[in-house]
Amino acid sequence: MAKDAAKSDDTFPKLLIRNASRIGARPAYREKEYGIWQTYDWATSLANVRAIACGLAALGAKRGDKIALIGDNRPRLYWTIAAIQAIGGVAVPVYQDSVAEEVQFVLDHAEVGIAYAEDQEQVDKLLGNMARCPQLKTVIYEDGRGMRHYDQPFLHSLAKVEELGRKFDAEHPEFFAAEVAKGKGSDISVIPYTSGTTGRPKGVMLSFDNLIETSRRSVAFDRLSESEDILAYLPPAWIGQHYFSFGQAMVAGFCVNCPESGATVQSDLKEIGPTFYFAPPRVWEGLLTQVMVRIEDASWIKRKMFAYFIDHARRVGLGILEGKSVGFVDRALYALGEVLVYGPLKNVLGLSRVRIAYTAGEALGPDIFNFYRAIGINLKQLYGQTESTVYLTIQSDSDVRGDTVGPPAPDMEVRIDDAGEVLYRGPGVFVGYYKNDEATRSTKTADGWVHTGDAGVFTTDGHLKIIDRVKDVGRLKNGALFAPKYLENKLKFFPFILEAVAHGANQDAVAAFINIDLNAVGNWAERQGISYSSYQDLASKPEVYGLIRGNIEQVNRDLAQDPDLAGSQIKRFLILHKELDPDDGEITRTRKVRRNVVAERYAPLIEALYSDKKEIDVQAKVTFEDGRTGTIKARLHLADAATFPAAMKKAG
Amino acid sequence: MNAPAKRIGDVLLKVENISLSFGAVKAINDVSFEIREHEILAIIGPNGAGKSSMLNCINGFYHPQEGTVTYKGVKRHDVDPHDAAARGIARTFQNIALFKGMTTLDNIMTGRNLKMTRGLFWQALWAGPAVTEEMAHRRKVEDIIDFLEIQSVRKVPVGRLPYGLQKRVELGRALAAEPTLLLLDEPMAGMNLEEKQDMCRFILDVNDEFGTTICLIEHDMGVVMDISDRVVVLDYGRKIADGTPDAVRKDQTVIDAYLGVQH
Repeated sequence: MAKDAAKSDDTFPKLLIRNASRIGARPAYREKEYGIWQTYDWATSLANVRAIACGLAALGAKRGDKIALIGDNRPRLYWTIAAIQAIGGVAVPVYQDSVAEEVQFVLDHAEVGIAYAEDQEQVDKLLGNMARCPQLKTVIYEDGRGMRHYDQPFLHSLAKVEELGRKFDAEHPEFFAAEVAKGKGSDISVIPYTSGTTGRPKGVMLSFDNLIETSRRSVAFDRLSESEDILAYLPPAWIGQHYFSFGQAMVAGFCVNCPESGATVQSDLKEIGPTFYFAPPRVWEGLLTQVMVRIEDASWIKRKMFAYFIDHARRVGLGILEGKSVGFVDRALYALGEVLVYGPLKNVLGLSRVRIAYTAGEALGPDIFNFYRAIGINLKQLYGQTESTVYLTIQSDSDVRGDTVGPPAPDMEVRIDDAGEVLYRGPGVFVGYYKNDEATRSTKTADGWVHTGDAGVFTTDGHLKIIDRVKDVGRLKNGALFAPKYLENKLKFFPFILEAVAHGANQDAVAAFINIDLNAVGNWAERQGISYSSYQDLASKPEVYGLIRGNIEQVNRDLAQDPDLAGSQIKRFLILHKELDPDDGEITRTRKVRRNVVAERYAPLIEALYSDKKEIDVQAKVTFEDGRTGTIKARLHLADAATFPAAMKKAG
Repeated sequence: MNAPAKRIGDVLLKVENISLSFGAVKAINDVSFEIREHEILAIIGPNGAGKSSMLNCINGFYHPQEGTVTYKGVKRHDVDPHDAAARGIARTFQNIALFKGMTTLDNIMTGRNLKMTRGLFWQALWAGPAVTEEMAHRRKVEDIIDFLEIQSVRKVPVGRLPYGLQKRVELGRALAAEPTLLLLDEPMAGMNLEEKQDMCRFILDVNDEFGTTICLIEHDMGVVMDISDRVVVLDYGRKIADGTPDAVRKDQTVIDAYLGVQH
């Protein structure tokens, strides 16, 4: 891309005009409506954006106004964002599943005067907030369904806004071009609000430069072209979706496909066959489970064939994908597998055309990660946050690993401070938090470094591993890094381990509580011919201890490879006699361990783990499903696990 | 939100002195009432009160021994179901009557049957005018799928759908006929609370958006009182009350019929 061309296209409206003149007839947006994919090309998109922009101006929108958008992925939502930016406004996307109070907070905090709502449901949320948000003067809605009795004068359909805009445009033909020309790269383009697990959400101000500069780099990095297709199915208020379906789409000029509804994503995915695809780990996990369940129901011969070829793919598929040398026979078998199993499977999943796929957010089990890669899907990991304009680290096609999030993204500097926290600096660094200078100052240092709040380590060859939130990371007595969630996740990747709780902060060594998975371990015990009467009985079997010890030692072996984490190998463990249960308050309903509750309730067990006892008697209070409580008495065994010497740290 | 201004109009359908018996059993005994344009009328009553029989008389599935049905000003003693459908009366059934092996889309398409004008020849060839016609019908069906929010099951055989969705598909098929009068036989029977709420919303939306007159039978008193403009109460084949939900709720005969009365 020529440098000066890049300079002149420094806002999204300018990029839109560039796309309309250069690739005007190529599809920009598709939306499934009435069972058919309706396509809008770049030229049409520009015409609609122009009409909406002029319509907004006719309704009194001024430069610098913040305009909220609440709704699902629709071409019109994205056109409205571009229209807002064309007349110098700032888009404030709101999560469509927010409740009225959350919407109110954003409307109020961002001083929103005009709001765009997708349908009646969202309009009702806005109307309910009208009284408490006096600055909100105008509401625009897209879908007129159920709106026939709404006759408030400040309520306009988008169609009417477009009509107003066309009239305004006819009267002021120079207006649109002049407004677009006034925009510059350093202007704020969008203020996404971070979901905020603690405290109030914060509005992250991102400039055109943030989004466009990082998009240019990532588009070049993955060689994304105007012929890509993506499916926009995650909330548009989430920075990732905004980045893929607005930032990168505008820069690369590719097509954004909007599914019919949340429930049809799977079938729409199959019809579109995206070439560039992002999904959080739970989607990848869900897809694989679905496949496995359906294979179980398939005929005998199909099951055998599937098992054989998937096994083969797991052996040689990664090598083939990464262009390593693989023997002729293995290649031929893989090619046969592609025809018989992998190809049809990818087709069913809607992933036949995927050239680049990403996952991020939570940890994805290496088994699942490698499964997709083995069948030829180029699945990679990335790490980022709203404040960094998505990409912070990213894996390149030739260097993908399941247990890292990759090396720093192009032009991004990443370092780890003394507390183990990941800091970064680069073109994506946000301008600041809207109306929250204090938070900005505590997150962003004077010389441009931003605190992520995540603890990480670099592998010897420069890949970043995110291990936990900084506030959860502790140290052993000898100063070794202790990241409980990282250890627990590693343990939970084993099918036999349902839940794990690691202890070790300010102790001599790491010890762990294990919850076995009754189905998986029960099944295993049956095949081994081990009889058991109850969960408690199964959990105390020496054979089961042996099985779990094997898993733990595998984790220790992995940890030993990592100089920073080698000190936190698990030395002792016990298998709990009952499952951690939300009814007992030990884990949350979303299955997150409540560390303090567990530590308090099982204090004697933790103490025993750090003594040299071989077993301990416990009494635990349990809450039955009908609300009554009772106690379980049990004798628990305490077991040791082998640890391994740490790999040598590379010099430098 | 403003309360919708109801446009209840003239009498659309009038049943006069209907009596129906099966052998010695008198299912309906001299019942008269009327349904006005654009209203939602509920027929309620204990089990065996003759509610379904009443609907069956209206759309000609049963032929009452006595009495007449006047629809759009035409008075008939015996209504022919086909004729009733052609003149804009559509219905759903208490026990779902869909084609289980066919998809949602195809099931709703069957509701357009009466509106298709091309003969078997063109339809079978699927050429020329039949294509244009089918496209127009498909568009209408897609409108209904959109309206009832069943896009995700468009291509799923209805036999595989949960009960609540099957009921919705059945409503869709009835709507495909673009009826003037829609008869719903226990549209919410066997549904959970959420499904009931959805169904209520769809019934109100149909009434509101398309102006369709609706006559429904329902057991769930809460639902009936919430959504209907007028309620007719049957007990042992007789009409014991007829009025607004509030009036009916306070009616002593109705209370006695529902709660039992001390003798």
